[in-house]
Amino acid sequence: MDTNNTILKIEGLSKSFGALKAVSNVSLKFEQGVVHAIIGPNGAGKTTLINLLSGELQPSEGSIHYKGHDLTHASPNRISRLGIGRSYQKTNIFPQFSNLQNCFIASQSRLKSSMRFFRPARRSKEVMERAVKALEMTHLSRQTERVAASLSYGEQRQLEIAMMLATEPELMLLDEPLAGMGSEEAMKIIELLKELAKTQTLILVEHDMDAIFAIADQLTVMVNGIVLETGTVSQIRCSQAVQEAYLGEEEDGECLLT
Amino acid sequence: MLKITKPVWVFLFFALGLTLAFPLFGEPFYIELLTNIMIIAIFAMSLDLLVGFTGLVSLGHAAFFGIGAYCLAIFFGQSDQFSLWAALPVCLTGAALAAVIIGLISIRTSGVYFIMLTLAFAQMFYYFFFESKHFNGDDGIFMLAKPEVKLGSLQLMDLGNEVTFYYFTLGIMVAVFLFLIMIIRAPFGQVITGICVNEQRVRSLGYATQRYKFVSFVIAGTLAGLAGFLEAAHSGFITPSYLSWHESGAILVVLILGGLGTLYGPIIGAVVLVLLEDFLPDLTDHWKVLLGGIIILIVLFLPNGVSSLSGKLFRRKIFTASKPQR
Amino acid sequence: MELSFYLIQLLNGIQFGFLLFLVASGLTLVFGIMDVINLAHGSFYMIGAYLAYWLTGIFGNLFLGILLAIPLAIAIGMAVEKLAIAYVYKKGHLHQVLLTYALILIFDEMQRFLWGNDSHSVDVPNLLSGSIPLTDIQVYPVYRLFISAVCIIIGIGMFYVIQKTKLGMRIRAGASNNEMVQALGINIERLFSIVFSLGVALAAFAGMIAVPVDSLYPGMGDNILIISLVVVVIGGIGSIKGAFVGAMIIGVSSIFGKTLLPDMASVIVYAMMAAILIWRPKGLFQAI
Repeated sequence: MDTNNTILKIEGLSKSFGALKAVSNVSLKFEQGVVHAIIGPNGAGKTTLINLLSGELQPSEGSIHYKGHDLTHASPNRISRLGIGRSYQKTNIFPQFSNLQNCFIASQSRLKSSMRFFRPARRSKEVMERAVKALEMTHLSRQTERVAASLSYGEQRQLEIAMMLATEPELMLLDEPLAGMGSEEAMKIIELLKELAKTQTLILVEHDMDAIFAIADQLTVMVNGIVLETGTVSQIRCSQAVQEAYLGEEEDGECLLT
Repeated sequence: MLKITKPVWVFLFFALGLTLAFPLFGEPFYIELLTNIMIIAIFAMSLDLLVGFTGLVSLGHAAFFGIGAYCLAIFFGQSDQFSLWAALPVCLTGAALAAVIIGLISIRTSGVYFIMLTLAFAQMFYYFFFESKHFNGDDGIFMLAKPEVKLGSLQLMDLGNEVTFYYFTLGIMVAVFLFLIMIIRAPFGQVITGICVNEQRVRSLGYATQRYKFVSFVIAGTLAGLAGFLEAAHSGFITPSYLSWHESGAILVVLILGGLGTLYGPIIGAVVLVLLEDFLPDLTDHWKVLLGGIIILIVLFLPNGVSSLSGKLFRRKIFTASKPQR
Repeated sequence: MELSFYLIQLLNGIQFGFLLFLVASGLTLVFGIMDVINLAHGSFYMIGAYLAYWLTGIFGNLFLGILLAIPLAIAIGMAVEKLAIAYVYKKGHLHQVLLTYALILIFDEMQRFLWGNDSHSVDVPNLLSGSIPLTDIQVYPVYRLFISAVCIIIGIGMFYVIQKTKLGMRIRAGASNNEMVQALGINIERLFSIVFSLGVALAAFAGMIAVPVDSLYPGMGDNILIISLVVVVIGGIGSIKGAFVGAMIIGVSSIFGKTLLPDMASVIVYAMMAAILIWRPKGLFQAI
């Protein structure tokens, strides 16, 4: 791997909740333009890791560096402004707002400042275009005025991703983007992620192995808060350690989920 | 999200027309009563920005109302001639400064803490005026004159005239209403309404939410100071009770009576509360028991206020009308 | 003014602090465990005081009056919890504020209806009406010492319940982590009812025992409420230890303020709160 291309670097990252070490001494490098998937059983610390990267949790130890910025103790708003966007595993939207309003407020965050009191927000073409584009990309443009609370679960998941896209991030943290989607919706989102992968950097937590093999370049396996293995998808597929930890011991010699 | 539907606009214009015409036929007592209602409405609208649109429940909003009023009394109460152009900025600045001080400390907290902090700081200002011999303590201050509204040597308005003051207050109320609509529709308003619904998400989208909450707090405090200024100029008599936490509670009641996050709700709430306070004492000396009971019933059964009632009735009508077609 | 004068002030401050602690400890637990704001808490102080006054009038003995007033006050508290406050547990702070504000209006008006606008007082019982000489001229009333002693006993009892019993363990867990308690299958609403009733009992008892040293007057509940809120904020929501430390700080400083700076006594209390919060925005202590 070309290490000059590193966009995000974490070193010795740990997060403890009381006696429980949810993330323990994790060091990883994320390359620009690469889709890096993180897998592991429930409770492996994947979501905690994402929360540390997005600033929602403060690490107990270790450091996070993004394009020369030290983000170890940065606030979520600063991290977002530096171009790191995220979607949530548990749908985290503005349920009373319409789809467009949800994306609009996300898009508006790219203005230098929203301390503007006079002109109606909706008149800002630049903001509106970004919001509409995000809805189009996630196939929600037919229902821009629908209230988010009235959407199906799968559609809310799409909106979740749309809001992230509306902030035009360079690096995207996707926490189980496909969870709860029907297979047709999931296919569309996988296509979208493939499309995004051409130009952007994605860090993806996902359980759907087919999706991961379809999109991911790099794969990290986490168990009990530690990194078990990291490497290219084909390396990991045949890793003995991963086989044992993840699948049990029976199918020795076989590659993981071929 | 602010949504003022067409029927509501029609209603508001109709009400505005009626209010404009009222002095032509209304008795002086009711003109004064309506002026009071409008001042309370301005006060409640300022709180709506905070509670209804930013999601911050303040139990100390009367502090800014009282400080606006006291600024007028302290700096201009003893002069028999002073200009509105001097008095109004002084009162607004005073209220804004108090909001900055209280805001800087209390905005860092949330939930129950925020409620208690705003309450406690408001009490601090209350006791400051209550115990201060310099400002007559509990006895309050009488104003010698009303502010003059002059352009050069030309007198534009005579605020000593009750009808003129009525129109002056109406003008300010409409201006505050439109001002609040403007800022809520502006980018700033998008952010605070987002904070009201899901602050954590707004922060993760890249907004420094504390700053927006703080600015909202200061704007709300300043507008409450404007209402306090009007009250002081209108009644000509200021006491510490303006700042008491009972006032802060009462203005929250106005808000819930009318409906949160609507901007016109506070106007309706002000009408309802003033009429209740006018009407209930005729029934019994202990009318506050009734008032308390009404508030409890509203909190339990009509949490979106009286203005939601019309919507409910309206919708029900449509519903029953469309049923036979099926 | 000499040392003994300050000693008397200090003793008065501590005694006031103890009373505040009784009121504030219930308040802080109610906030901490259910995240419910109850403005009517001060009303129970008033209710306790008036019940004690009324029953003492009938039976001619303060202790008997208090003994009978306690179950009555708890019954009123439980009724209020079941009939009104229970409905707004999950409705958000605004509705809790408004509902309990309305309750204050009702309680204050009921008080006026039953006992009028005059202030009342109750004599110190004969048994405790003596005083202890501090110097040749200055004495300290035994009853005030009695108040402090009773409060210390209650405080120790409370500490024991919270630290050593199963109920106390649940209360501690509830104050520090609401979700965990629910996950453990503890009925949080019942737990809350118990804590609420305990809080009412403590506040009402504080009102009762203070009757001989503090006159009864309309609106007395509001004053104690707001000063107790300050105590809770300073001490940290949900922290009994914080309530104690906060109560002592506020009790002593407000008594000294009244004698040293009578013009600005109340302002000092709030200024102190502001200073502590600038230093520590979440109060002095963590939940329990």
